[in-house]
Amino acid sequence: MEPGPPGGPAAASATPAAAPAAPAGLPLSESEQQRYSELFSRCCPPPEAAAGGSSVGELFRASQLPPDTLHQITEVCGAKRVGYFGPAQFYIALKLIAAAQSGFPVRIESIKNELPLPRFVALKNDSDVRYGTPAELHGVKFQVPHATLEKNSYKRTDEGDKQEPKSPPMSPICSPPASPSTYQRIPLTYGYSKSRSGLEQQHGAPYEVRHSTHQQDGSSSGNYGAKPAHACSTLGRSLSVEREQPDSNAHYSDDPWRITEEQRDYYVNQFRSLQPDLNSFISGSVAKNFFTKSKLPIPELSHIWELSDVDCDGALTLPEFCAAFHLVVARKNGYQLPETLPDTLLPDYLQAASLKPLRDCALFDSYSESLPGSQQTRDFSRTEKTSAEEVPDNSALLQDTKKDDKQALKVSTAVKTIPKDFQHLTVKTAPQEPNALKARPRSRSYSSTSIEDAMKKGEEPPTPPPRPQKSHSRASSLDLNKIFQQNTQAVRSGWLPPPPPALPPRPSVSQTEQVSEVELHPQMNRPPSQAEENSSAKKEVVLVQPPSKPARRKLRTETQGLETPELSPTINVTSSVPAVKPHLPVQKQSSKQKRAIQTAIRKNKEANAVLARLNSELQQQLKEVHKERIALETQLEQLRPVTVL
Amino acid sequence: RTICHPPQNYPLYIRSVPTENELKFHYTVHTSLDVVDEKISAMGKALVDQRELYLGLLYPTEDYKVYGYVTNSKVKFVMVVDSSNTALRDNEIRSMFRKLHNSYTDIMCNPFYNPGDRIHSRAFDNMVNSMMMQVC
Repeated sequence: MEPGPPGGPAAASATPAAAPAAPAGLPLSESEQQRYSELFSRCCPPPEAAAGGSSVGELFRASQLPPDTLHQITEVCGAKRVGYFGPAQFYIALKLIAAAQSGFPVRIESIKNELPLPRFVALKNDSDVRYGTPAELHGVKFQVPHATLEKNSYKRTDEGDKQEPKSPPMSPICSPPASPSTYQRIPLTYGYSKSRSGLEQQHGAPYEVRHSTHQQDGSSSGNYGAKPAHACSTLGRSLSVEREQPDSNAHYSDDPWRITEEQRDYYVNQFRSLQPDLNSFISGSVAKNFFTKSKLPIPELSHIWELSDVDCDGALTLPEFCAAFHLVVARKNGYQLPETLPDTLLPDYLQAASLKPLRDCALFDSYSESLPGSQQTRDFSRTEKTSAEEVPDNSALLQDTKKDDKQALKVSTAVKTIPKDFQHLTVKTAPQEPNALKARPRSRSYSSTSIEDAMKKGEEPPTPPPRPQKSHSRASSLDLNKIFQQNTQAVRSGWLPPPPPALPPRPSVSQTEQVSEVELHPQMNRPPSQAEENSSAKKEVVLVQPPSKPARRKLRTETQGLETPELSPTINVTSSVPAVKPHLPVQKQSSKQKRAIQTAIRKNKEANAVLARLNSELQQQLKEVHKERIALETQLEQLRPVTVL
Repeated sequence: RTICHPPQNYPLYIRSVPTENELKFHYTVHTSLDVVDEKISAMGKALVDQRELYLGLLYPTEDYKVYGYVTNSKVKFVMVVDSSNTALRDNEIRSMFRKLHNSYTDIMCNPFYNPGDRIHSRAFDNMVNSMMMQVC
């Protein structure tokens, strides 16, 4: 007989809980005793005397018995009667499971015989299950089954409901099952026919934060921490059965990398909450925030991104997003991340799979704008987050090169040419500044002008915003180029290159600039967030900055599913947009516009300050160069009489 | 052996095929950084050609060549190759650097990657390994 799930022993060692003795009257062999106690300690946190219903439910599901059998088992073992899974009930249940798996009917009599150990499938991923909090939570929930059920019914916000809170025969309807109500509909076919709902619940947990104002956020996140591969749930077999019915249509082969319909719907909704236009992208920063909530370690998220961002553009289209989300979910369930993207997760494949629901969103003209917007927002977020400012610009440059087939060319080429000029400055850190400046003013004015553009709604999105910037940046670039030429001439004639002396002041300045920029961002984050939270339907507001705070706030409250994330992708919006989402009264729009304008003003002021600083530095450099030139000229003068002679 | 350096001159990524003597390579790379900087400063505005070929860092005892490459964001790639490996031509070196550069930009696209962090990307590792295997 197989020694049971490999995770079992590991779990047992991890939880040195006192194993309750076998109930009197129930003959258990040595191995059975040991196994049962392990399982019991797994399902039951040490301090409690009763097994958590959810984990018990999962375990039962993992036994791969039909639900009515499990139902019967629970009845027979007396758990229903007693109201909880005490050790006796648990052991009896396990015995009955063994019996059922061996083909015996579920009766008390059958367990009097010698039976093989019950088999639980796919518990292998339990090795790293954390029992502490989730188990406790399960235990807690255990006591208030009905209350949770009611809560659960409230929690149904988005998706419709399939909740049908039934009469929970047994208590432990772990709120998790219901809670991530939306997620419930996303069974993950991980090879068990019955255990899907549990998985769903687990995943739903962290994202609950976004779904609704949940009371049980803490608990759900705790549940999320437990990565049991079993379905959580209730001994309410009826509930589970009913819930599973909708799952049945998603019976693929046991391929964990295949996305089921419910999962896809869920992913699509999540995508929509981040980015209303389903044909557009989610920028890297927004996706980063989103996936960071899943509490996976950053290297793993990084790997997931590498796998799913197939075109390496730093943004996720819908199929890429679904693939990434699916990988996160899989990882959370204990599946190791593959080295390469499985075929079923390829964007082409996912795209081919009909995405009918997606077509209900209007195609925005903003699509083209979303690209520069997303680039800029990414740039912006990067500058926010990192100190290496030249990198975002570079990445934008490189992204630009990759996006040749998109309409963002105009903007991208403009961006490209200007920063390139700066690359050649001898001052190493100097390029950081101008690039950063470019990135900043560009995005700032973009946001301010975009508001007006959005209002007009009639203009070609990509072109207008960059124009004012071009002149702006070009002017400064010309100046710098002139200086640079002077420098090169100096170098050529053998003078000491002026830049090195100027180096020390630069880094400090650039650092201070970075600091000030960073400071500015949080400030600007708040106004845009407020502005957008109040936003009416017209997502014309496009605050390019991708503040992370508003994103979280928005996702959490989720008052309306819209909230355009600061993701400028949605910038422009045609009037068809409002039709797509629910709206707040239009009167709030003016206040929002005011705020947007104020933030734009602030940004411009910041840009001015930065440029002024740059100007002063360059002036300094110029003076030094002049001095050297004068020195050399005097030397020349002195030498000249000699040559004349 | 490949090394990738940002402007602050700490290595973001180091990989050696024969893994011994790694310290010596580190040293070599650091000394070559100075030369790279010199080259950068010497170049005029026409630095559209991002490549720099640096031959000549030959020690009396060991012969090897150091190649450098600078990206627009001042990230330097340094490659150290045995001189005995005469099969490596200029074009190949150029293409290798281009591949490195492409992989590096792919890494940059990853929002979970903070510029300035060490590079842990598996894709990048695979690419570098395969490249080095081809050569050695």
